[in-house]
Amino acid sequence: MIASRRGPSGPLPAWADVALLPLVNVALAFVIVGIIVRVIGVDPLQALRLLVLGAIGSSESIGYTLYYTTNFIFTGLAVAVAFHAGLFNIGGEGQAYLGGLGCGVAILALDGVLPAPLMIPVAIVAAALFGAAWAAVPACLQAWRGSHIVITTIMFNFLAAALMVYLMVNVLIAPGSMTPQSRTFADSASLPSMQQALSWIGIEVATSALNLSIVLAVLCCIGVWVFLWHTPWGYALRTMGHNPEAAVYAGTNLRHMTVLAMCLSGALAGFVGVNELMGVHHRIVLDFPAGYGFAGIAVALMGRSHPLGIALAALLFGALQQGGAELAFEIPTITREMVVVIQGLVILFSGALFNMPRPWLQVLFSHRRDGSGA
Amino acid sequence: MAGAAAIELTGIRKSFGSVHAVRGVSLRIEKGVIAGIVGENGAGKSTLMSILYGLYRADEGEIRVDGRPVRMDSPHDAIAHGIGMVHQHFMLVDTFTVLENLVLGAEGGPLLAGGLSRARAELARLAREYGLAVDPDARLGDLSVGEQQRVEILKVLYRGARILILDEPSAVLTPQETDRLFRILRVLRERGVTVVLITHKLHEIMAATEHVYVMRQGLVVADRRTADTSPEELAELMVGRKVRLQLDKAPSHAGEVLLRADHLSLVDRRGVRLLDDVSLQVRAGEIVGIAGVSGNGQTELLQVLAGIRAPTAGRLVVRGREVDAENLSDPAEMRALGVAHVPEDRQRYGMVAAFEAAETSILGYQSEPPFCRHYLLDGPAVDRHCATLMELFDVRPREPGLRSSSFSGGNQQKLVLAREMARHPRVLLAGQPTRGVDIGAIEFIHRELVRARDAGCAVLVVSVELDEILTLADRILVMFAGRIVGEVPAGTADERTLGLLMAGAQPAAVDA
Repeated sequence: MIASRRGPSGPLPAWADVALLPLVNVALAFVIVGIIVRVIGVDPLQALRLLVLGAIGSSESIGYTLYYTTNFIFTGLAVAVAFHAGLFNIGGEGQAYLGGLGCGVAILALDGVLPAPLMIPVAIVAAALFGAAWAAVPACLQAWRGSHIVITTIMFNFLAAALMVYLMVNVLIAPGSMTPQSRTFADSASLPSMQQALSWIGIEVATSALNLSIVLAVLCCIGVWVFLWHTPWGYALRTMGHNPEAAVYAGTNLRHMTVLAMCLSGALAGFVGVNELMGVHHRIVLDFPAGYGFAGIAVALMGRSHPLGIALAALLFGALQQGGAELAFEIPTITREMVVVIQGLVILFSGALFNMPRPWLQVLFSHRRDGSGA
Repeated sequence: MAGAAAIELTGIRKSFGSVHAVRGVSLRIEKGVIAGIVGENGAGKSTLMSILYGLYRADEGEIRVDGRPVRMDSPHDAIAHGIGMVHQHFMLVDTFTVLENLVLGAEGGPLLAGGLSRARAELARLAREYGLAVDPDARLGDLSVGEQQRVEILKVLYRGARILILDEPSAVLTPQETDRLFRILRVLRERGVTVVLITHKLHEIMAATEHVYVMRQGLVVADRRTADTSPEELAELMVGRKVRLQLDKAPSHAGEVLLRADHLSLVDRRGVRLLDDVSLQVRAGEIVGIAGVSGNGQTELLQVLAGIRAPTAGRLVVRGREVDAENLSDPAEMRALGVAHVPEDRQRYGMVAAFEAAETSILGYQSEPPFCRHYLLDGPAVDRHCATLMELFDVRPREPGLRSSSFSGGNQQKLVLAREMARHPRVLLAGQPTRGVDIGAIEFIHRELVRARDAGCAVLVVSVELDEILTLADRILVMFAGRIVGEVPAGTADERTLGLLMAGAQPAAVDA
C-alpha cells in the first residue's frame, strides 16, 4: 500500500528529493520566463546574464541580494513555524509592520538615554514583542473563539496598515515634516552596515543596504531548527501540527500551543522591521514591509519549512529581487511588472507545481538503477 | 458438483513496489456455498478480495466468474459480473431513507421518482425472497447497526449480485446480531447466492462456513472443508506455528482501589448523553474488562478517565486525586499520576504518522528525563529508548528512524503498548489492545497485560471482542448506551449472557 502511493518507479534518493527537485522546478520556471522574454523581443540569454550579474555581479549587488534575503528569511521562518503547528499565518505583512512600529517606538523613546549596546538589543526585543502581540490576537481568537486564523490574520494586515497610517500621520510624524515619517533615530540606534562591520576586521566591500540584521537572520534559522527538532516544546508544536488529537492525548494544551506558535511566528516576522528601520531607513516610514510577509509563504513552501531550505529559498528570492531590479533598469522593455511575473513563475513552479517533475525524475532514476543492476 | 465454479482464481500475483502482497494464489469457490477466508493482517486476504472486486488490478493471473474469464478494471466491472462487496465500514448516508440509500449510485435516470418506485417494488421482492425485511422509509440513522448492515447487503443484491463478499462483517455486531447475520447468509446460500466471508474470528468460520481458505504471507496455505478442521488447526495454519488460544493466568489478588469513578456523566454540546451515571472501580492487581458493542460510550469513558475530556457530572478519583467538573485534570497530570493510556484508535490518538518511530515512542513523555535534559531533547537517548521498546515488544522492523506510518498496524499497536507499559504505570487504560494485531502477537500482548496486573497495576481493558474480555478480565462490566448495565464475575460469564446485556436487555430478562 505504501509503495503503491509512491508510484511504480520507487522513491527518489534523499539528495534528489531535497536538492535536485527544487533545482528542476526553478529551471522549468526559467524556461517559461525565457519564452516570455523572447516573445517581447528580448534575447533570453542576454536577459539571464543581466539578471545573474545584477544579483551577484559585484560586491554591491551581492550586498543588496543578501539584504533582501534577510527579509525573506525572517518572513519565511515566520510562516514555517506556524505551518509546523498546523497554522497558516498569512499575517506576516502586518506582523512585520507592527514589529517595525515596536522597534521604532522603543528607539524614539529611549535613543537619547541608552547607549548602542543597550539600545540595539532593546529595540530588537521590542520588534519581536510587537510582532508577537499582533499575531497573538488572531491566535487567541482562533484558540478560544474558533475564528479561522487565515481570515483573521489577513484582516490584521489591513488593520496594521490602517493603524500605521494613522500613527504616522497623527502621532509619530516628525514636527514640521510634510511626509509621514518619524524623526531620524539617534546614531546609538542604528545597526552597523555590513560595510562598516567588515571594515572593522579589515575587509573592504561596497556600500549597500546590507547590515548586521543578516546575523540575526542566521541566528533565527539556527534557533528555529533547535526549537522545532530539539526541544520538547518544538516536539509538542509539531505534534499539534501533524495530529492535534495525538497532541491532546500527549497532554498538550492546544490553546496555549496555538498562541505560542503564533507569537513565535509574529516575532520572527517582526524582525523585518529591524532590518528595514534600524538597518536602512533609520526612521519609521510607511509601507516598508513591501510584500515580504506574503513572499514568506512562497519562501517557506519552497524551503519545505526547514530553516536550511528557507535560507536557500530566501537567497534565490533575494537574488531575483535584486537581479530583477537591475534587469528592469538595463532593458526598458522589461518592466518592474515583468520582474514580478518572473518571481510569480518561480513561486508557481516551486510551490503549486512542486511535485510535477517528480514522476519524471523517478523514471530517470529507476532507469539508472536498472541499468546499473543489469 | 456439476458446472463451473462461481469464482476461479488462477495464479493471481500482486506486488506493491517490493512488497509481494499476493504471490500466486489459485482457488476455486463453488456456486452456492459460504466460503471463508482467514488470515492474519497482511496475509493478503484484503488485497485478494480487492482484486476480485476490481479495486486493484492483478499483475498476473486469471479471474473466472461462472467459468468465463473476466477483466476486473473497476468495481463497475465486478458489479456487472454479479459480484458485490459489503465493506467493514458502511458506505451509507445517515440522513437518507433506506430506499434512497438503495438507489444511490443506481438511480436509473435523471429523475428520482421512477427509480424510487422501481426500487420499492424490488425491495419488497428481495425482502420476500431472502427474508430481509427493512422498512423502506425509515431514516438510516434511526436503524440499529445490524439493520444498517442488512441495508448494505440489500444494496448489493439490488444491483444484481450473485456473489457476495463480506469484509469482517461482525466487527460492529453483538453476538446475537452476528447470529442473525449468519442466518441471513444461509438463506442467501439456499437461494443460490455465493458468499465469501473474510474474517479473523475463527469461531465464526466454524459456525458459518462450509469451506475455508487460510492465507499466510500472500499464499493460500490451506484449503479445508470446515467440518474437517478445528479452530486450533486453523490458528496454527494462519500463524505457521502452534498457538495457544487459551491464556494461563493465576487468580488475581486485588489490592487497594487505584481508580474510582462515581456517577460519571458526560453530555456533549448538542445535549447527547454519552456517559450516563457510570460508576466503577479498578483495584491494583486486577483486570477489569469493559464489554460492549462499539459506540456505546466506551471511547468517551476512556477519554474521561485519561483526562482528555472533562466529566459533566460525577467524580473521578485517581490514586487520591479527585477530578470533577470543577477540578479539571488533563492528560499530562494523569500521566504524572501513573496513568498510562493505550488509546482505542492508535492512529488518531496514539501516534503521529509523519513522525519517526523514535519520536512516537516518547509521545506524552517528551518533557521527562532521560529524553529531555536542560530543556533540550536528547536524540540518541530517544533512539535508544525506542530500540529497547522495539526489542521488548518485538516491533518489526527494528528501525527507530523509520516513519511511524511505515509500520504495519500490529507493529504500531505494539509500539504504542510498549511506550505505555514500559514506564510501569500504576493504572493502565487499554482500549482495544489487540485491534488489528496478528494472532501470534495477541497472545503476547495478553501475557504482557496479565504480567502488568501481577505486578500490581490496575488494568482496565475495553474491547469489543468478547473473546478477549473473557480471556483477560477478572471482572466484566458491560456498557450499553453510555451506561454500565451489568457486572459479571469472569468465572460465571458466558457469551450469551454478555451478548444480551450488550444488546441492552435488562438483567432480569437475562435470567429469564
